[in-house]
Amino acid sequence: MSTDEKDAPPRTARTRLAVAGARATTESVFGARPRGDRVSNRLFLALLLLGLAVAMAGLATMIIWAIVEGSPRLNMDLITNGPSTLNIDQAGYRPAILGSIYVIGGVIALILPLGVGAAVYLEEYADKSRWWNRLFELNIQNLAGVPSIVFGILGLAFIVRQPLGLGFVPAAGAITIALLVLPTVILASREAIRAVPPSIREGSLALGATQWQTTWRQVLPAATSGILTGVILAVARAIGEAAPLLLVGAVTFVTFDPSFFSPGFTTLPTQIFDWAGRPQEQFQVLAAAGVLIMLALVLVMNSFAVWLRNRFEQKW
Amino acid sequence: MKISNARRRLAPLAVAGAAALVLAACGGDDGNSDDANAASDDTANSDNSSDDDDQQDDQDDDTQDSAGDLSGSVVVDGSSTVAPLGEAAAELFMMENPGVRVTVGTSGTGGGFEKFCNGETDISEASRHIKDEESEICQTSGIAYEGLTVANDALTVLVHPDNPVQCLSVEQLNQIWAPDSNLSSWDEIDGIDYDAALDLYGPGTDSGTFDYFTEAINGEGGAQRTDYNNIGEDDNTGIIGVEGSAGGMFYVGFSYYVENQDRVKALEIDGGDGCVAPSLETVQDGSYSPLARGLYIYPSDSALEKPEVLAFVEYFINNADPIAEAAGFIGMTDEQANEARAQVQTLVGG
Repeated sequence: MSTDEKDAPPRTARTRLAVAGARATTESVFGARPRGDRVSNRLFLALLLLGLAVAMAGLATMIIWAIVEGSPRLNMDLITNGPSTLNIDQAGYRPAILGSIYVIGGVIALILPLGVGAAVYLEEYADKSRWWNRLFELNIQNLAGVPSIVFGILGLAFIVRQPLGLGFVPAAGAITIALLVLPTVILASREAIRAVPPSIREGSLALGATQWQTTWRQVLPAATSGILTGVILAVARAIGEAAPLLLVGAVTFVTFDPSFFSPGFTTLPTQIFDWAGRPQEQFQVLAAAGVLIMLALVLVMNSFAVWLRNRFEQKW
Repeated sequence: MKISNARRRLAPLAVAGAAALVLAACGGDDGNSDDANAASDDTANSDNSSDDDDQQDDQDDDTQDSAGDLSGSVVVDGSSTVAPLGEAAAELFMMENPGVRVTVGTSGTGGGFEKFCNGETDISEASRHIKDEESEICQTSGIAYEGLTVANDALTVLVHPDNPVQCLSVEQLNQIWAPDSNLSSWDEIDGIDYDAALDLYGPGTDSGTFDYFTEAINGEGGAQRTDYNNIGEDDNTGIIGVEGSAGGMFYVGFSYYVENQDRVKALEIDGGDGCVAPSLETVQDGSYSPLARGLYIYPSDSALEKPEVLAFVEYFINNADPIAEAAGFIGMTDEQANEARAQVQTLVGG
């Protein structure tokens, strides 16, 4: 008898109250709302759009300014020629583009293993109850806020001079910039590794895989897209750095193609910075055109990274 | 299944990593072989260097026949003001000596001397003379040098084109820029009847231009009123400021005036012997005083032992006029050129 009642649609006072409550909640969320709520809703949306508009307007102004200002110099000379003071109208960014590619290539080659390695240690191996592991974490977070010029001084003192003693070469610039952006990569990679569901690890370990096999074959492939996001952010910051590179030897007049371990290189931001401050108007046009080259370079690098990231996108 | 899948997915990364390694390795090879070339050429050239020495005296003209087969590198760093000069010199020099690699950096006069006295550069460019504390560092590391004047510059005082004032004396400039000055309007300056708010622009305190101007006008390097628009290192900002302000005033190197003559006006300066406008002639004959200054390069004795550095320095001095013109500066006088040659001789011979 009692079981029959349970199987039938319940019509007790308690369930009626519950249904009424649910209905009221649904109406308050999806139904017609008071005027005040609607206004504040609109206001909030307007605020969001305003934020987006300001960001977009700033970016658009800069790009349009660079195109208008730099358009007289948008030709092949710009990427095939070196700098020139005698013949400004034919000067170009060839050594600067190559220098930037070398430095950024070096940065990527360094931050991928180091950044991911540090993140794997901190997330998968480190015992959080040990004080030194907590100290590492704290310091990495603090390092992310250190001004870039400080890394430049560090690079000059320890990488260019003793003990590494590399000299004023692109490799020294790459190491310095890599140290600068490493915290970004470590923090992003840790987030990505933490987002991998524990069930994946537990399943792998339960099947007899070692911790290393689990990390390398399950956790890292699953975290790759998040790690790549961190690398994109880091590279975007690295490519725009000028101040620390000036200290570790980026000069402003190199006519030959650089090579990774020999002195005499420059990068796009240092070259643009130098030319923008020259008295001759042709140099300022050249600087604006250089901004466009840099935007194009960032776009190409980031598109490749986004494509890579989408390949690794993982769904559970 | 899962494993091979992961492997396949990681393949592009592995390829990218391998490419990076190959790139780095190639770079390394290039570096080594360059160094090797440079070293072997150095030895090959060392027996020519005595010939070069003999020829120096009659190398007053542009041609340097024996220098075409030079190779190696010349590392120039220092003042960003002097950099255009070094770049023009490097460019002309490399046209005749394609085997030599000259690089020009802009660490600033102070930063340049820091590297120079550490033996890391061959030539340091400077918009002021070396300071005592800098030369002490050079001495401790055993680096001997000479400061060669390679061009002249006129610190030019710029105002708005509609400003009726034509000339200011050093005393009037001092009245405006003195550390304790609180003038806020042009008609507060002695002898000036122009009703406009004084709107001052000046370079940052790290700049050699700032050091020179304060020394010449206020009698003490670095002493100047602090309530002015500090435009840092970007001199074009000062031009824009003066162009848009009826009572604006800005002091800057001559080349910035030459490039912006349609936007700003240069004042004549009365250093005690009447008003003199900044120009090539007045700077070279010494009448534009006290705001005419020299621009310097400091080669080290050890660098001058390398034939390519010696050839570059000589080329710089012998072709000072076209180099200065290309860079927007004022060339040397004959006396300055002769003095610079004599200084090189003492470094090489001594």
